[in-house]
This record gives sequence, structure tokens and C-alpha cells, in this order.
Amino acid sequence: MKERLSIIVVERDADRALRIVDGLREAGDHDILVISESAALSRRIAERKPDIVLIDAGDPSRDVLEELALASGPMDRPVAMFVDRSDATLTRTAIEAGMSAYVVDGLRSDRIKPILDAAIARFHMFHRIRAELAATKAALEERKVIERAKAILMRARGIGEEEAYALLRKTAMDQGRRLADIAQQLVMAAGLLT
Amino acid sequence: MNLRLLRLGYVPLTDAAPLIVAHELGFATEEGLNLDLVRSQSWAQSRDHLGAGAVDAAHMLLSMPIAQRLGLGPALPGMDVLMVLSQGGQAVAISTALAEQMRAGGYTFDFTNPMAAGVALHAASGGRLRVGVPFHASTHAELMWHWLMAVGFTPTQLLVRTVPPPLMASSLASGEVDVFCVGEPWASVAVDAGAGVMLLPGRAIWTSAPDKGLVMRREMAATSPDLTGRLMRAVWRAGKWLDQPDNRGTAAEILSRPHYLNLPSEMTERALLGRFVISAAGEVRTTPHFIGFHDGAATFPWKSLAALFADRMARQHGQDTKAAMQTAMACFRTDLFRLHLRAAGADLPGASAKVEGAISHPTAVASEQGRMILRPDAFFDGHLFEPPFQER
Repeated sequence: MKERLSIIVVERDADRALRIVDGLREAGDHDILVISESAALSRRIAERKPDIVLIDAGDPSRDVLEELALASGPMDRPVAMFVDRSDATLTRTAIEAGMSAYVVDGLRSDRIKPILDAAIARFHMFHRIRAELAATKAALEERKVIERAKAILMRARGIGEEEAYALLRKTAMDQGRRLADIAQQLVMAAGLLT
Repeated sequence: MNLRLLRLGYVPLTDAAPLIVAHELGFATEEGLNLDLVRSQSWAQSRDHLGAGAVDAAHMLLSMPIAQRLGLGPALPGMDVLMVLSQGGQAVAISTALAEQMRAGGYTFDFTNPMAAGVALHAASGGRLRVGVPFHASTHAELMWHWLMAVGFTPTQLLVRTVPPPLMASSLASGEVDVFCVGEPWASVAVDAGAGVMLLPGRAIWTSAPDKGLVMRREMAATSPDLTGRLMRAVWRAGKWLDQPDNRGTAAEILSRPHYLNLPSEMTERALLGRFVISAAGEVRTTPHFIGFHDGAATFPWKSLAALFADRMARQHGQDTKAAMQTAMACFRTDLFRLHLRAAGADLPGASAKVEGAISHPTAVASEQGRMILRPDAFFDGHLFEPPFQER
């Protein structure tokens, strides 16, 4: 009979943590703890002695885990090892998904893999959602700036909306710049002049 | 013009300036490169990105490629230091509670004398100290061990722990650490947050204290020599620009932008101009040459530096120091520096290693163009580090 593994998920966002935990439960019946505070991270991990620690690759606390992954003295035992010692493909997939895993030395790779696969799938999903959100937000911001620039031009030159847009467009093309950049400059300049 | 895209990893710190300036001021474009600067929030992430090929080269702690070679990191492709990016740039800060005790004991916070600071700290701390550093393999860790042991602490009195730079201020405030050493602007951030008092610049402890390097996968440096050379020249010229005093203000403005450090330029300026506010009371201290990017052969990846870092790492992890030093020296690529930067006009030293800590005044040394003057590299306690002879 397999023993339950002790897994720690370091994740600030409660909603995200919940979904990762859900994913991990599908991979098997394990003992999962979520740590959302970076303060005292190393102490809590040392107390718990987990088999696996999962963390967003971009989390600044990564560097704390790097230290825990090393024996600090010749006589000490490391809390966790880097998973990647055994499986280079898995490492790469995890890096691409934006996830890092620290796994205790000596854990068999057939026990680690289903857990990491499940975690990687969740991380991939978040990665995509985040990228899409960022793109949508940027597009919205740009549209707002262009609207503002149009309004300034219409007021200043007494022209219609279409003409104002055409003027912005033409200036952008002439200068080889993006429409949003030209609009941004106009808005900024107008702000300085009024 | 058809520019070749190169992706570079960096961590948002003042000493990422050479990469940012190479991109922003066209030094990269001059070499036909378009740099895509990819920001990382941790050193481990930057290293992993480089290892996995998500970036082509990275701004990295000089000790990290050594740690990798010594097996103190995950299994990733081998990485080499092409050149040093910065000297100095670190600052030591202590908690306000300790600072008050030191003041009560008559200490004046001169920001220059590590011996006096260390003795006062020892007295105020009661002989036990928790020390924050940004990464276990770092110049910061080296500086802390060297300084604290030299002023009378024993290894068992010191607890050196990794604290991510953005959390340094709160760790001081909450009492998790008593003192930390970190790259600017993070010590200034702690001062402004009222969490700590700046005690020393890193360079007061070790005058030359090299900190970051330009790091590339060994395989890429070997298979893309042209690209490697172009990148090195662009970054080297950016460093030269950065070391002209008149340019420091401009550099501060560029670094401050939201997609780089995202801080007021008044904050990034402190390190670049060497003018610090060291306490919440607004005390100002100046330290010329707080950070250097070029002068005095600052960018040359001396093999002796690799040996120095490897020596302590090997002792701390129970490895054979001789073997570790030889291994480490191989990843500081003086050969590539000579090959690729000669054409850019870099003066090249006659030797690739030196006794570290032996220079206390600017000193002329043998070099190809005969114009090389090395800046001081002394340790505050007169320590000398002699690298092993290189075996061929």
C-alpha cells in the first residue's frame, strides 16, 4: 500500500491555490498544505518536512527554497532536493509552465510524476489566463488613450471624430509609430499645455 | 536594418543597468542586436530560464554559475560568466532597534569603517546575529561571512538565511533578521520604510566586491561566437558609458521606468550617485564609487575571483576546496573576454588571475595597451586571497 505524500503548495492567491489543490487531489490521496505567507516560509517547511514543495516559478520566495534544497553543512540533511536531478524533460515542462518543484531526495520518480503532471497542467492554465488578461487590459488602456486623443484634437481643431482619427492614423504612419503611442504623446502634451 | 533578437534575463536591481542601457541607448543596435529584456523575480527563475533556453543570456549573481558547477543547484546545462557587470552596489542595513542600541553605545554611523561598525554591532547584538542575504551563493553572503568573522563573530553565532530582496524591509521590521546585505535599491527601500538603518556600503568591506555577471550557456557561447561577441561588446560599451559621472543621472531616469525598476528616480539615483539617506531621521552619507561598471578593468572576469567564491562554497558544503577552485575558474571565461573585447578597444591584463586584496592604491599593471590601472581591491582587514596555480 502506498503511503500518502506530504505536499506543500506555496501560493498567495487563495483562489488559485484552491484550484491547484483540486488538481492534486485528482492525482491521488495526499496530504496537502497551502502556505500563503512568505514570512517564516523556511521555518514552516522545516517543521512540516514535506516530500514535495510546489511554487510559482516567478515567486520571489523561490530563492528561499533554493537554500532549503541544500544541506547547509556536511552533516546536515537537506529538506528537499531539486526534482530535476532525475528527469530533464519534466524540468523543462515545469519551467515552461512557470512552476517549480522541490522534491525530497530518494522519492521514486513514478510517485512524483503524476503529481507534477497534475500541477503542471493547472499552472499552464493559469499562465494562459494571465497572459490573456494582460493583453485585454493593455488593449483597453490603449483604446481609452486613443479616445482621449481624439477628443482633444476635435476640441482644439474644431474637426469631427472621423477626421481626428484619420489625422492620428496618418501621423502614426508618417512617423512609423504605433497609433497608441502617438495618442499617448498627444494626451501628455495636452496635459502639459493646459 | 535587420536586427538579431536576443533575449536577456535580469532581476530589477540597480546593477542591471549595463543591460538596460545597452538596450535603451542603442549600444545593442550598433552591434545589430535587438534585446528583449525579460524581468525575473528571483535568481532561481533567471537561472532556470537561462538553463531551459527561455533566455539567451542573463544578469546573474557571479557565484551562481559556480554553484551550478559544484552541483549545488538543479541539473541544467552548463553556464559560464562572460564578463563582470558590476562592482559594489551592495549595502548593509540593520534593524532600527539594533541601531538605537549602537547609538546609545556611542557609535556614529560613519558609513565607512567596517571594523568600528562590526565591533559596535557585536556589542549591541549580544553575540548572536541573524543575517539576511538574497541568495545562498552570492557576493552578499561572502561579504557578510568575511566581515562578521573578521570582527569577532564565530560561525555558530551567525545564522545566515535567504530573504528575497522585496521582503528584506519587512523581515527587519518583524525581527526575523537583525541585519541584511542586499543590492540597491533594497536597502534604501528599507530605510524609507522606517524598517532599518544603513550601516555600510559593500565596498567598505571589500573594495572591489564584484557582484553580477553576464552569464550564458556554455554551449551557446561555443556555437554562436559572433552573437556572443556582439552582445559582450554592446554591454561593455554600456558599462563604459555608465562610468562617466555625467551620465549617472540619465541612467537613474532610465532605470526608474515602470517596466524596469518601477521606482522614483530619486530612489535609483542614490546608488548611482553614491549619495544615501541612511536613516529615517534623514541623515545623509556620501560614498563615491558605490557602484562601478567599467573603470579599472571592472568587467574582467578574473579567475581568482571564481576561486575565491568557490573556496568558501566548498568549505561550507564539505567539498574538496582545490578541486572546487579549479572547476570554478574554468567557468570565468577570460578567453572569451580577450577574444571578443580586444576589437572593441578593451585593454587586456597580462594575467588572468591575481592575488585578491593586494591592491590598496590605483596600480598600473602589465597589459596589452600598457594603459591598465587597476583600482584598489583590498579587504578592510588586509586579507589576501591567493588563487591556486592554473593546471593545464
